[in-house]
Amino acid sequence: MPTPPGSRASTKAPHRMAPMLANIRELSFWAENAASIGLVALVIVFSFLSPAFLTLGNIRAMLIAAAILVILAVAQAFVITTGGIDLSISATMTLGAVGFGLSWSAGRGFVISTVIGILTAALVGLVNGLLIARGKVTDFIATLATLSVATGLALILSDGKPIAVNSSQLLRLTTGSIGIFGYPIILAAVIGAVAWFVMFRTRFGLHVQAVGGNDESAIANGISAVRVRIATYLIAAGLAGVAALLLVARIGAAEPAINTQYLLNSIAAVVLGGVSLTGGKAKIVGPIVGALLLTALTNGLTLLGVSQFYQPLAVGIVVVLAALLTRFQKK
Amino acid sequence: MTTSPSLSPVSNPGADVLLTAENITKSFGGIHALKSASITMRRGEITALIGDNGAGKSTLVRCLSGIHKPDSGTITLDGEQVVFETPHHASQSGIETVHQNLALVEELAVWQNFFLGRELTRRLGLIRTLDRKAMKAHAAELLQDLAVNAPSVTSKVRRLSGGQRQAVAIARAAGRNSKIVIMDEPTAALGVQETARVEHVINTLRDSGVAVLLISHNFDQVMRLADHIWVMRAGVAVAGRRASATSGDELVALITGARAA
Repeated sequence: MPTPPGSRASTKAPHRMAPMLANIRELSFWAENAASIGLVALVIVFSFLSPAFLTLGNIRAMLIAAAILVILAVAQAFVITTGGIDLSISATMTLGAVGFGLSWSAGRGFVISTVIGILTAALVGLVNGLLIARGKVTDFIATLATLSVATGLALILSDGKPIAVNSSQLLRLTTGSIGIFGYPIILAAVIGAVAWFVMFRTRFGLHVQAVGGNDESAIANGISAVRVRIATYLIAAGLAGVAALLLVARIGAAEPAINTQYLLNSIAAVVLGGVSLTGGKAKIVGPIVGALLLTALTNGLTLLGVSQFYQPLAVGIVVVLAALLTRFQKK
Repeated sequence: MTTSPSLSPVSNPGADVLLTAENITKSFGGIHALKSASITMRRGEITALIGDNGAGKSTLVRCLSGIHKPDSGTITLDGEQVVFETPHHASQSGIETVHQNLALVEELAVWQNFFLGRELTRRLGLIRTLDRKAMKAHAAELLQDLAVNAPSVTSKVRRLSGGQRQAVAIARAAGRNSKIVIMDEPTAALGVQETARVEHVINTLRDSGVAVLLISHNFDQVMRLADHIWVMRAGVAVAGRRASATSGDELVALITGARAA
């Protein structure tokens, strides 16, 4: 009599444990791949709700629209991996756009203007890096200040007016494509691939992760945390300069407008990508997928005729959900 | 000052002395942390440095590892007088230190920590990339030679136990072509089993020919591991003893000053 229930219980035990274990495994799996799963879910939902969503034309448009955010997310991912944050990233992009526009309207060619745009943006990164790494100013404060400075400079330099840019090269950049992939998203993909390589296959990338993980230990092993931090902010700002080019190409003008949405979305994309804001945990693909997800979300809502006012709300909700999910990531 | 004349490098030049620190002094402001401290270390031996808090152990060790520059005194390594300006300098001369905080990055894998700051690279066209394969293989080899419970080199340090972390830090120090590995309280935060494992690592390291300088508060451990023991008191190395020729009681007496050297 006592034997059967006992043996039954022992055979039952793993049954009761199995789903629980699977559940835990599932949660961490969800957390690790929040961005990819979210993106797939969004695509499924939107393609049901709107027949236009999964058309080649819309996919192509979405990918082009995502390019700027992808680049900014990669830039932000580098900074966040060192445990910092770059709040000036979209203002830097704006200043880079104005730098490009001024150079263009001064009659310098496309190539020189591009270089000037990127260098203008990189200057902000240099200031960020020096303030944070050498000046020991908190990253939050330093980049908040340069956000304001770069925004102000962009307004002053452009006199607050958009600078029209009629460049055939820029036009080709926005309209050209290989298959459904427009040049902007190809550029973004190349940047993403290079960023992945730098982060995971070079000494510099390893040092970025080490400084973000534990800067004291990194320094004890002979790594210059100061140099790594400065370089990281420089890279981020330089990438913002590249994004500026796409921004000018998209609008057809260098606008000194404040692009706060890009700043918030770049951070949101990194968080969606499963990168911890405390630093040390590098991811490149995750933030890129995060950027694609946010773009798909905005695009889908627009297709469904949802008011633009609801889009920041939707982004906010998605980011909060992602942030909650990251709690279940494997340590 | 030394107890047995045979230990003095001067009177016995034939002994296999690897390092001699002579009359090292170091002051911080008005505090004389080291007042003419002299010790020797022999090749292939574990030398322990014991003493009460504030006796000058840490300061002496910091002078040897290049963190502090002595005010006076000489350090002779392998017959050559050396002056260390930085820890990097000491490391280049073959003196590695395993600090109490271990200087590991938890988010990185064991092999990444192993080569942090001195990564192996290979050329890929114009760029240099990490030679991941070589680094993993090299780290695995060194770890397996040293530790019984060697962790996988691809696992993150975050997932390792305290003893495994200590083993990684020690193996890393040993792997840098070091002649001397200095360990500051290597088992202070470990349980009994983990301590035994780390002690095994230290013994293996000694057997491989590396000289170990062990700072420890644990007399039992010092008696178990050390070949030679230096006792420090008030900034001076007051006594040197062969471990086989002393006892815990004598060491305590020397530390407190109840017994003169």
